[in-house]
Parts: sequence; C-alpha cells; structure tokens
Amino acid sequence: MATTVAQLKRGQRGIIKEFADGVLPVKLMEMGCLPGNEITLVQVAPLKDPIYINCNGTHIAIRRSVASLIELEIIEDSPL
Amino acid sequence: MSKQIKVALIGNPNTGKTSVFNQLTGLKQKVGNYPGITVEKKEGICKLPRGVKAHILDLPGTYSLNTTSLDESVVVELLLNKNDKDYPDVAVVISDVENLKRNLLLFTQIKDLKIPVILVINMADRMNRKGISLDIDLLEEKLDTKIALVSTRKGTGIDRLKELIANYKSLSSSPNIDTTVIAPEYFDKLKATFPNEDLYKLWLVITQDVNFMPIEKNPISIPASFKTKSKSELKRLQQKETILRYQFINGILKQAYKVDLNAAKGLRATADKILTHKIFGYLIFFLILLAIFQAIYDWSSYPMDFIDELFATGSEWVKDTLPPGVFTDLIAEGILAGIGGVVIFIPQIAFLFLFIALLEESGYMSRVVFLMDRLMRPFGLSGKSVVPLISGTACAIPAIMATRTIENWKERLITILVTPFTTCSARLPVYLIIIALVIPDGRFLGLSYQALTLMLLYLLGFGAAIFSAMILNKIMKIKTKTFFVMEMPNYKLPLLKNVGYTVLEKTKSFVLGAGKIILAISIILWFLGSNGYSDDFYNAEEIVNQKIETEGFTDFNLQNMESSLTAYQAALQDSMALQGYELDKQALTDSLRTKATELRQKAKNQEVASYKLENSYMGLAGKAIAPLVHPLGYDWKIGIAVLTSFAAREVFVGTLATIYSVGSDEEDTIKNRMSAEIDPVTKKPLFNLASGISILLFYAFAMQCMSTLAIVKRETNSWKWPTAQLVFMSLFAYIVALIAYQILK
Ligand SMILES: Nc1nc2c(ncn2[C@@H]2O[C@H](COP(=O)(O)OP(=O)(O)OP(=O)(O)O)[C@@H](O)[C@H]2O)c(=O)[nH]1
Ligand SMILES: [Mg+2]
Repeated sequence: MATTVAQLKRGQRGIIKEFADGVLPVKLMEMGCLPGNEITLVQVAPLKDPIYINCNGTHIAIRRSVASLIELEIIEDSPL
Repeated sequence: MSKQIKVALIGNPNTGKTSVFNQLTGLKQKVGNYPGITVEKKEGICKLPRGVKAHILDLPGTYSLNTTSLDESVVVELLLNKNDKDYPDVAVVISDVENLKRNLLLFTQIKDLKIPVILVINMADRMNRKGISLDIDLLEEKLDTKIALVSTRKGTGIDRLKELIANYKSLSSSPNIDTTVIAPEYFDKLKATFPNEDLYKLWLVITQDVNFMPIEKNPISIPASFKTKSKSELKRLQQKETILRYQFINGILKQAYKVDLNAAKGLRATADKILTHKIFGYLIFFLILLAIFQAIYDWSSYPMDFIDELFATGSEWVKDTLPPGVFTDLIAEGILAGIGGVVIFIPQIAFLFLFIALLEESGYMSRVVFLMDRLMRPFGLSGKSVVPLISGTACAIPAIMATRTIENWKERLITILVTPFTTCSARLPVYLIIIALVIPDGRFLGLSYQALTLMLLYLLGFGAAIFSAMILNKIMKIKTKTFFVMEMPNYKLPLLKNVGYTVLEKTKSFVLGAGKIILAISIILWFLGSNGYSDDFYNAEEIVNQKIETEGFTDFNLQNMESSLTAYQAALQDSMALQGYELDKQALTDSLRTKATELRQKAKNQEVASYKLENSYMGLAGKAIAPLVHPLGYDWKIGIAVLTSFAAREVFVGTLATIYSVGSDEEDTIKNRMSAEIDPVTKKPLFNLASGISILLFYAFAMQCMSTLAIVKRETNSWKWPTAQLVFMSLFAYIVALIAYQILK
C-alpha cells in the first residue's frame, strides 16, 4: 500500500507523488499541495486529527481523511 | 467633476487587504491575524495625486476564483458581473511577501479575466528577518504588471500604490496564461457557441458550482449542453489549470525570488510545539480563559464603582439644578438612570474585547481551531466553529457573520443556530449585577467565588451550545461533503494601534447600539411608570399617609430607619471625639430627633412613590404578567425588566434602574437600590440566592436579542431558523429557571 501524508510521523518529510485525478479538493492544490512539492508534518492534534503540515512554505491544517488521499515518497534522512 | 476610479482590493486571506484599505481610505475597518476577518464588502474613498479620487472596495480573502465558501464567492460574483455597480476599473491584488507563490495563483487568474491589475507585495518589513530578496523589475516584466512593495505597518509604499492607481489606464490588460490548453477541444466548442464572450470567464461561470453551490446571480446563462461534462471531469480540469498556473509562477519566481534560509529566523516552530501540544496546548488555552475572567473581575471594579457614583451624583445634580417638573424627572429618572445602567459596564466589556482582539491579532486563534477541530466534530461542528463561539462572547452578530468561513453548510448552519447560547457581552451586565447581589464574597484557590460563578456561566453557555449542536446534528438530515482546510498564519506581535481601534470601535458601537434602545425604552417606561388613571394613583399620597397613621411603617422601613439612625449617632460621636469636643447630651438628642424626622419623611416619600408606581400603567401591566413570572421567583418589576429585555438583554439593568428610580425619591447607586428591594410576601430581600440563580439561568438560555434574530434570518435566508431559535431557547430558559427556583427556594 502506498504511503500517504496520514502516515507521516512528526518532523518527517515527503515528496508528493502524482495523484489520481479529481480526488483532492482543488483548494488544497491551490494552496500549494501539488505533485513534486515537499510536505513536512509539523504537528498532530490530540486524537490524531487534524494534522498540521507545512507544504512548500504554506502552513495548513487538514483533516486526516483528506491527508490519507495525498500519496508521497518519504524522504529518509529527515528530520532537518 | 471627474469620475471616481473604482478599485477592488483582492487577495488571499490574511495578506493585509484591510490594512491597505485602512491606509488608503483613513478608515478603521477591523484587522486581525486570522484568515477570514473580513467577510463582507466594505467601501471607502481615497484621495489620489492630482485631485483624482478612487472608490476603494475591501473584499473577503479568497485563495482562488474557484470558490469553496460563502465569503469567497463575494469576490467571484463581483468579477464575473460587468454590470455590477462596483465592477472595478482596476484590481489591486494584495499578496504577502512570505507566501508570494501561493498569492500569485489568484493574481494570474484575475489577470486572465483581462482586468487591469496592480500587484501589491505587502509585509515588506518582514523580508529581512525571513531572508527574502526580490527582483521587482523582473517580476513586473514577467507578470506584465506594476508592483508596489508595501508595508502597512511601516507605512511604506502607499504613495507609490496611489500613484499606480491614478495611472491605471497605462496598465496592460492582456492575460498571463492561455487556459484553453488544458482542454483544447472543449474550449473550441465553447468559443463557437459564445463568439462574443471571454473564454476564461465562461470557464469560471461553468465551474462555479463544482465546489460550492450558491452563486446567486449568474451573469451568463449557459446552455445545459456545456454542463454535460460531469462534475468530476470539470474538477479534473480545474486541477490541470492549477498545475499549469503553478508551473508558470514557479518559472518566474525561480529567477526573481530568493530566500536565504540561514538568515531566516522565527519562533514559529517553537511556539507551535508548545501551543499546539497535546497536553500543554489545552492547559494553556484553559489558563488563558481563566486569566481573562479573573481580569474582567479584578481590574474593572475600580472604574465601575466610579461610573456608578458618577451617574448617581449626576441624577442628583440634574434634580437639584434644573427647575422641577416633568422634563427634569424624565432626564433624571428615565434617561440618566437607564443609560447609567449600561455605561457602567463599559470597563468590563472593553476588557473582553481587548482579550479577543489580542487572541486574534497574535495568530493564536488558528491554533485553537486546530486543537478543537476533532473535539467539535462529534457535535456536528468544525474547528472553525470555535471562532464564532469565542467571538460570540463579545456579540453574537459578528460571530454569526464569522461562520461564513465554514465550508460545510451543515456545520455552518448548526454553528449559526447554537452561537446565541454563548455568553455575549449584553448578558454581562445582568450577570454581574445579580452575582454581586446574591453570590457571597470569598475566595477559592485564590479565585473569588464571584469570578468563578461568572466562569461557570460562560461554561454553561458554551455547554448549552455544544449540547444543542449534538442534538441538531442528530436530527438534521442535510448531506454535505466535509472538507476542512485551515491556514495557520505566522505569529505576530499584536499591533497596539490595531488592537486599540478594534476595542474602541466595538465598545463604541456596543454603547451606542444599546444606548439607543435603552433610551427609547427608558422614556416609555418612565412615562408608563409615572402616569396612571385610577383613583389609587391620583390619591396615593393620602392613602399612604392614612396607612402609615393606622398601621405604621412597613417593617422594612422601620428597620431601615433604626439602623440609619444608629449609624448616624455613631458617626456623630466619632467625629466629635476626633475633634476633641465633649458632646453635650441635649445637643445630641436634638440632632438625633431632627435626623429621625428627616428619615421618617424620607420613608414616607418612598412609600408614596412606590405605591404610585404600583398603580401606574406600568404597575398594572406588571401585575398582569406577574402570575407568569412568579413561579420563577420574580416580582412584577423584574417581570417587566425581563419582558423589555426581549428587545436586547442589556436593557434589563437599565429597566430596573428606571423602575426603581421612578419608584423612589432618592438617587442611589443601582446596586444599592436593588439590594434594598424586599419581597412583599416573605419580607426577605427580593434578590436572594434562589431568585438570583433563576434570573441568571433564564438569561443564560433565553433568546433575547432582536438583532441576532435579524442576522440569522439574513444568513440562513429564511424565517424558519430564527423563529425556532426564539421559541426553543426561551421555552428552555423558562423551564430551567423554574426548576432552579423551585428547588432552591
Ligand atoms: N508585519 C506586517 N504585518 C502586517 C502588515 N500588514 C498587515 N499585517 C498584519 O497581517 C494581519 C492580517 O491583516 P488584515 O488587514 O486583517 O488582512 P486581510 O487580508 O484583510 O485578512 P482577511 O480579511 O482575513 O482576509 C494582521 O495581523 C495585520 O496586523 C505589514 O505590512 N507588516
Ligand atoms: Mg480583511
């Protein structure tokens, strides 16, 4: 199974892979969550939801359900 | 006179549009470090060089022209409709230098609508500490626009912006990107059908309802054949368009935008680690709330006592100075008493506004949204509902407006419906005065009982909101897709000026708004209270005199006179002793006797006045509703106050002040007057623990605010919801108050 943003640990980073058409809300893409961009997981709220990510310099909070739609390639040498 | 240039300020949320607007127009619209402070159009006038004037429009923030929430759709509706009276001659796109890439997405979209655009890059003051450097000339060339590098905090760049606006005719209005490449065939067909329309505009109109429904006025009617593409297909195309735009932007920024990460410093990461921490995050949030209540209590008692005295002396002064007559009575007893009842709460309300403004300006509010989202969801609310619920502690009206940022209609509707349960500042006067009367002094863990009671009342309001949200969530059958994205802005040191203006403006509008209603109600009440038609009313003096001769004074007055006399004697002896006089027995008895006569006269006047009041029009009306409010522990006067406060809650104290003022001969502070009221049946103070708690609970739950009902009607577009609110909340309040009184009495 592919790794998604929902599986990141705090401080871990990843590069967004191509995603299936039409699954992600357009608004997320407009905020910079595009294939090829880097995502860092900044913080997870209590009860594991929502999560707080830094995507290409934009800091946003999204719900886990949406996060599990964003597939990515984890960058191993993280953090820093 | 030349025509005004019409300018629209457009940009992502929280980039400083309103700050630029305020700089240009000299107005003081609300600014805050939370995405979605502005949810409505606001207009102002700006003087440009060479005597030209511009009409400036401040708009809600939007991430793109593909709207997903109500506040965003305001912008699109405007830009798609050339016939709108506000359709801009020139659009000014405000961007934040730290998020330039994301901000430019919207810029390219507006550019493609072939509207002349100026780009403002705001927050220039932060470039240094973030290590950002820009090549403005290159950006201007590649984006085919003019740029003003602005810092509204430092006030730099505004003159250049004005200059650019004045010369808007020289701006290019050719598009940045050819959107049609994402689906050439589709766009060819569109072009064949609408040879005269702009393709990108058509595309926007067609895709408007993909994410979000209610665009009200569709400027162009599109034949159904073009909607044949399914929603998911259209959505896919929108994504393609977004990627295309970002490719264009990335290409430009690679050359023109440099960030030196070594120079960048920020406390953001550290602050976030603590403030959104699993445990500390909540603890800090709770402590902040606690501190706010303690502060409201402790800090504002001094100015409040002062204002209370001031109005009491003011009334006295009016009575002594102006020629006696109806008009003087109206001012002293009707108007001054009523207004004083509200003015006294200015310090507390200002403190409340101050704290809310600080939370918003610092960027903390978004963290609260983050912390609360998961907790709110089982109740059918969103993390974003927390903001209306918190700002509802100031006033439900802006709070209900603030729900416009919630994308999901069901979550939004539930938030609107339950927000009036939160303790708004109009309840504060009622709570404070009743708490002061019935809750004993004393401290628990360093917090006064009174502050704790207040805190409990706030929690109660919040609890009622959550609880009813849960029920609504269960019974409402609205299907909507949940989808939540919240930008987390950088922390900022609150700008004193912004916070100051917000507090000042809000306090002013509270006082003026409440003042108008109270003025009107006070005058009416005063009239009803000092006029009557029955014989009892006209012959009050004789009747009371007779009663006193046969039955003596009421017990309460007797006690009162006795204690005043003892106090007087003690004071007299003290002051004599202090000055070294030996008091002569005869003189003492004489002065005590004079004092006694004086007190008797006073008591008599008091009884006449209150007898008159009871038989006035108001007294008769009050007696009519008495059976209804009696089970709650209220007498007819409180009943009248409760009734009048269905117009607005804060009227309660003003009404009681007016009633007691008409019903007494002496000017005294509102609180003293209320604590002197006795229940005619039990002979105990009217405001005791049982009736006090009953009043508090009634006000906690009842829907008593016309303006809120009106705004709910506007935001939900039907009378159904406000009517339901009025009926359910008030019924619930009545029942709870009834139970509480019957148990406690
Ligand atoms: N450092 C800095 N902060 C600024 C500047 N201009 C605005 N701000 C801050 O940015 C925040 C947002 O400002 P607003 O003017 O409310 O932004 P807006 O675009 O109207 O926001 P919305 O109405 O929510 O879309 C506030 O905290 C301002 O104090 C600036 O030039 N420099
Ligand atoms: Mg604004």
